[in-house]
Amino acid sequence: MGDYQLTHLKELESEAIYVLREVAAQFERPVLLFSGGKDSIVLVHLSVKAFYPARIPFPLLHIDTGHNFSETLVFRDGLAKSVSAQLLVGSVQDSIDTGRAMEEKGINASRNVLQTVTLLDAIEKNKFDAAIGGARRDEEKARAKERFFSHRDEFGQWDPKNQRPELWYMFNGKKRMGEHFRVFPISNWTEMDVWQYILAENIELPSIYFTHERNVFYRDGVWLAEAPFMEMKPTEKIEYKRVRCRTVGDISCTGLTLSTADTVEEIIREIAATRVTERGGRYDDKRSEAAMEDRKKEGYF
Amino acid sequence: MELLRFTTAGSVDDGKSTLIGRLLYDSKSIFEDQLDAVRRASVQKGSEYLNLALFTDGLRAEREQGITIDVAYRYFATPQRKFIIADTPGHIQYTRNMVTGASTANAAIVLIDARNGVIEQTHRHTFLASLLGIPHIIVCINKMDLMDYREDVYTRILNDFQDFANHVFPDQDMRFIPISALKGDNVVKPSENMPWYVRGTLLHHLETIPISQDHDLVHPRFPVQYVIRPESDEFHDYRGYAGRVAGGFFHPGDKIIVLPSRLESEIESVDAYNTALSEAHPPMSVTLTLKDDVDISRGDMIAGANDIPQESCNIDAMICWMNPRPMQLQGKYALKHTTQDVRCLIQEISYVLNISTLNEIKDKKALQMNEIARIRLRTTKPLFFDPYKTNRITGSLILIDESTNETVAAGMIL
Repeated sequence: MGDYQLTHLKELESEAIYVLREVAAQFERPVLLFSGGKDSIVLVHLSVKAFYPARIPFPLLHIDTGHNFSETLVFRDGLAKSVSAQLLVGSVQDSIDTGRAMEEKGINASRNVLQTVTLLDAIEKNKFDAAIGGARRDEEKARAKERFFSHRDEFGQWDPKNQRPELWYMFNGKKRMGEHFRVFPISNWTEMDVWQYILAENIELPSIYFTHERNVFYRDGVWLAEAPFMEMKPTEKIEYKRVRCRTVGDISCTGLTLSTADTVEEIIREIAATRVTERGGRYDDKRSEAAMEDRKKEGYF
Repeated sequence: MELLRFTTAGSVDDGKSTLIGRLLYDSKSIFEDQLDAVRRASVQKGSEYLNLALFTDGLRAEREQGITIDVAYRYFATPQRKFIIADTPGHIQYTRNMVTGASTANAAIVLIDARNGVIEQTHRHTFLASLLGIPHIIVCINKMDLMDYREDVYTRILNDFQDFANHVFPDQDMRFIPISALKGDNVVKPSENMPWYVRGTLLHHLETIPISQDHDLVHPRFPVQYVIRPESDEFHDYRGYAGRVAGGFFHPGDKIIVLPSRLESEIESVDAYNTALSEAHPPMSVTLTLKDDVDISRGDMIAGANDIPQESCNIDAMICWMNPRPMQLQGKYALKHTTQDVRCLIQEISYVLNISTLNEIKDKKALQMNEIARIRLRTTKPLFFDPYKTNRITGSLILIDESTNETVAAGMIL
């Protein structure tokens, strides 16, 4: 390596901190979308670093489908407290109860898509003008085209043909009333970068990322967790397996990997040898070829 | 491990998407489920073989039309380096996307179809790469398999290219590689069909190009991005200036000057989170504290006391116009430069550049989308800048149309 050259992790970290500070500087009411997954946990860690020794200048918002792994919720509460951040929770159940969203029925029912309604309502209610998320461009085809600062119109919608060019590192966050931005500070991080960073910085994660035993069943190439609200086909059988979550959606859409990895180093070794992408285990993405793109057009993360 | 960002430029039929697919595939960066998805899509499209280009086309419209219409970022790593590819379209109507991807790139791959040689688009893309200050250009002469892998074809194209290039950027670092993205020659694996070429595969060049000098390491420049004031009991009087080092080095004890106030002070500390550093350089994000209690806000610049940037309201710049609404002489726009926001007036269009001939066309009163021109503009407050060729951060600016909030131009200060 040459002199005065940062490692890739240090450079990515510097870029993410720069983006977070830009959000705090350009917007009046930013919020950090916290899913409980490793990417949003890394974002909180980066936010602490960006604004130290002051507190994080924005609250955390969790869109709770009601179908979360309990470990994720416990972890969420603990993390918010430890960084002295305000935690807001948007409830998909409330959206269903008030008629704002319709519960899906059937074998492949999930509240994943309903999160969009709850999210947009929370943004409007709190008048957030920027929502920071942990999405990365390597995750999925429709995300490969995202900007750091992604403009959403007054309906929360994303028009891929109309995103502003991002030149050098100058972000144009100008908008009309009622519009907002989604900002993605770890856009250039890959799954492996995130895990290497977690290891290097010794970041704590919810236990479901590590091996544990659970009742699961096999469907369409992924193992899903058994839960009261999960409808199973007659041919599907419950088995008790050692699994871990590679990526965390809620229970209905998180594919679990058979694994005995119980440290971050072992997880990294497994991922390096793996043959399936991270989101390959996400059941929500399998629903169609352009699933993510369609959700984004409607205002998803 | 270092990080290298590169762009790919070439017209839609030059095989650019196939090249990226080949890079990812041969370096074993493609996962099983992605491979399955592309196999299925290849069959659906009527392909007999695995269509490598389909790894990179993402949006519905693109997959349907079979072309790339936006910048797509792809990631892969070898044991040597982590790479970010800004895959950009070749169509002239998407110049704005190419400029976007190119603005932070260390290297540009310019693709030439061996059957056609150097064409207008080659000129345009190469010129843009140089204009955007990309330090390293790698010219890949593709589809050598269709020209029987002949050395004379490669040599002729190389000479044609250099005739053009020597006018525009005589000191540019350029390399020329004969490849076949479709068959895999010289992309990741050395070609057995071209024994006359011994200068290394594309991946070898990407892994070994020296990039540590690509930042400006000479002139200390720190645009203040955000002021950190905890006002807590523990850090009651702490006032830190957060930002990313844009040039040069900063150490505790350095004498600095704040612009525009011109107040002088000394650096008290250079902090990264809870660690006090002995040195910071680009592109580190740090927080500076100063010995004196001076009033600094976002948009100000902290510079070396003996190395002050240029200061002016009259700016001479090369710009690329990026909007369907043409730029008007005497038009007023918002302008962003580092962390500063000002407004400006377009005073003069010195000339519009014909990128193919490099002729300067005078007496134009407006700029159309994708045109490159030299202009003069006047700002409401002075900018503190360096020439773009010295520092890509303090030498760049963007223009914003306030009625639509769109970013309408990229500018490089002369």
